[in-house]
Amino acid sequence: MSAQHRWGMAVDLDRCTGCGACVTACHAENNIPTVGADQAARGRAMHWIRVERYWEGEFPDVRLKFRPVMCQQCDAAPCEPVCPTYASHHTSEGLNAQVYNRCIGTRYCANACPYNVRFFEFFNAVWEKPLHLQLNPDVSVREVGVMEKCTFCVQRISAAETQARAEQRPTRDGQITPACAQSCPARALVFGDLNDPESEVSRLSRVARGEKLLDELGTRPKVTYLARQSDV
Amino acid sequence: MSRARIVNDLLRPLRDTTWRFYALVAVLAGIVALGAGTWVYQMSQGLGLAGIRWPVFWAFYVTNFVFWIGISHAGTLISAILRLVNAQWRRPVTRCAEVITVFALMIGALFPLIHLGRPWLFFYLIPYPSERGIWPNFRSPLVWDFFAIMTYLIGSTLFLFLPTIPDFALVRDTSTGWRRRLYGGLAIGWRGTPQQWHCLESAMQIMAIAIVPVAVSVHTIVSFDFSMTPVPMWHSTIFGPYFVTGAIFSGIAALIVAMAMLRRLLRLEEYLHRVHFENLGKLLLLMSLLWTYFIFAERLTVWYGNESSEMVVLRSTQHGEFAPLYWTMIGCNFIVPFTILSIRRLRTISGCVVASVAVLAGMWIERFLIIVPSLAHKYLPYSWGVYRPRPVEILITISTFAGMGLLYALFSKFVPIISIWELKAGESHAGAQG
Repeated sequence: MSAQHRWGMAVDLDRCTGCGACVTACHAENNIPTVGADQAARGRAMHWIRVERYWEGEFPDVRLKFRPVMCQQCDAAPCEPVCPTYASHHTSEGLNAQVYNRCIGTRYCANACPYNVRFFEFFNAVWEKPLHLQLNPDVSVREVGVMEKCTFCVQRISAAETQARAEQRPTRDGQITPACAQSCPARALVFGDLNDPESEVSRLSRVARGEKLLDELGTRPKVTYLARQSDV
Repeated sequence: MSRARIVNDLLRPLRDTTWRFYALVAVLAGIVALGAGTWVYQMSQGLGLAGIRWPVFWAFYVTNFVFWIGISHAGTLISAILRLVNAQWRRPVTRCAEVITVFALMIGALFPLIHLGRPWLFFYLIPYPSERGIWPNFRSPLVWDFFAIMTYLIGSTLFLFLPTIPDFALVRDTSTGWRRRLYGGLAIGWRGTPQQWHCLESAMQIMAIAIVPVAVSVHTIVSFDFSMTPVPMWHSTIFGPYFVTGAIFSGIAALIVAMAMLRRLLRLEEYLHRVHFENLGKLLLLMSLLWTYFIFAERLTVWYGNESSEMVVLRSTQHGEFAPLYWTMIGCNFIVPFTILSIRRLRTISGCVVASVAVLAGMWIERFLIIVPSLAHKYLPYSWGVYRPRPVEILITISTFAGMGLLYALFSKFVPIISIWELKAGESHAGAQG
């Protein structure tokens, strides 16, 4: 019964203010370690969602553009066939799952991913007391040497599906919200079921200014970006 | 040259051991132990000790992997081709070459383990019967790698072992005590009957033919690790033949360096002549031109195609941050060997060695430049990054070169490094013709 869903997201670039609340919420929800300034400068920071900033134009006529980038949950994901151990694989609901226990850390998936949204545990993460008390019990803490990435908050998805099954009803649109979408003050991120033509995410994914990131590579992402129109 | 003299000269390293040999082995073993210790330390702390980062997740270790697998093409492939065309000058060269293959493969095959995030789970790559019924993912080029390298390792070990059997028997028959028992075992009952010679000749013929496609496939599959992914300047159809060419190129260079060292250290001047170096030098020149042609074809099509994501990588190597390395590579792989090897007066033993050392350095840089600039400039400019190697990577790299030297030194101490029976056969061949 779960195969009837196809989870996706729409990102309205007109609404994104670049505040970074999504990044913080994602860290808190998914037990993503912070690595400190030194390691971050060496490229070891792990942000399952990041806000890319691009400046356009010449000074003083510059425009700042934001683009939140997370795993695009591609239907034809380059990260999946290259994994020698099936740690990176496609679920029946179209999610790109990462099985931490199966991952041996070849990092091949990260190289194959055109979006660079996969991250590697370079060291065993440490949470100084009392920060360890904030760990989310629904999400496993990853060991050194494994790859990880955005899961669309799969723990929330399965919790909602279990609840719906118990109440013998389908999941409702808007009932499931990943941490990033939940915390976005501008409501730039909308999550939902792409198989439900009436859902908000389906409606947004169909609008004319919708586009896929690096569409030309043929990865068929399930994240749709609504191009920015305003000049403000 | 008399047969007794050949036997005496070539068995000398097995009988007499000088303090210099012990010193060399001690130094090399020390460096290898340091490298092994570094690897254990890296395992205990995490791969964060290395310089790899987001988004350059492969760097020195994978460079070493491709480099050493490339070096392994020295031996078996060259030796097989020379045997098949029955080149008479091959006789003193084949075994030195075949040994390089086996050891370079062993070292190369270590790097996929060294670079793993969790090396203790390496067996997930192997199709073993598990109670969960999970097999490796046969769509992954890394799994193809595993099978290709294992096939090549088994094949080239056999290819090295087969023509050594008569020499093991010779050592057995001329020694006593533990040596007699050891080499008796290795000679697996060789008595030199006509039937045994016939079997050996047929087996060698079959192996020489079978190993050529295996060798070509191995480096093609190594290139597939890169060309199967949608990464700028990796996703290219030229990679298979380009990698095989580079592999044979660096392999010949390694063979020339190894031969020059053996000649000096084991006093084999009577056996390894200038003509051997000159002939291999000509082969090296040919491969240098072929390599240059491939890199020209690769770069020109990318430049002409003018695709934005690929142009970023191309620019970074031609005149960007990687340009010093790139032009060093062109100097080492084309200008130096082309100049030295195309002028007959410079094509001496030392000339060939200089060219070969340059090629080895150049080919290592080539592997690095294939891997790192592409990963550092993938599509979204926000995610670009700069890679710098860290001490653990440099130490482990150096220690594998010492490891090669150590294995080679020990091998030449226990096995005649020049095939005695083949050399004797060559003498009869020359006598019959003369």
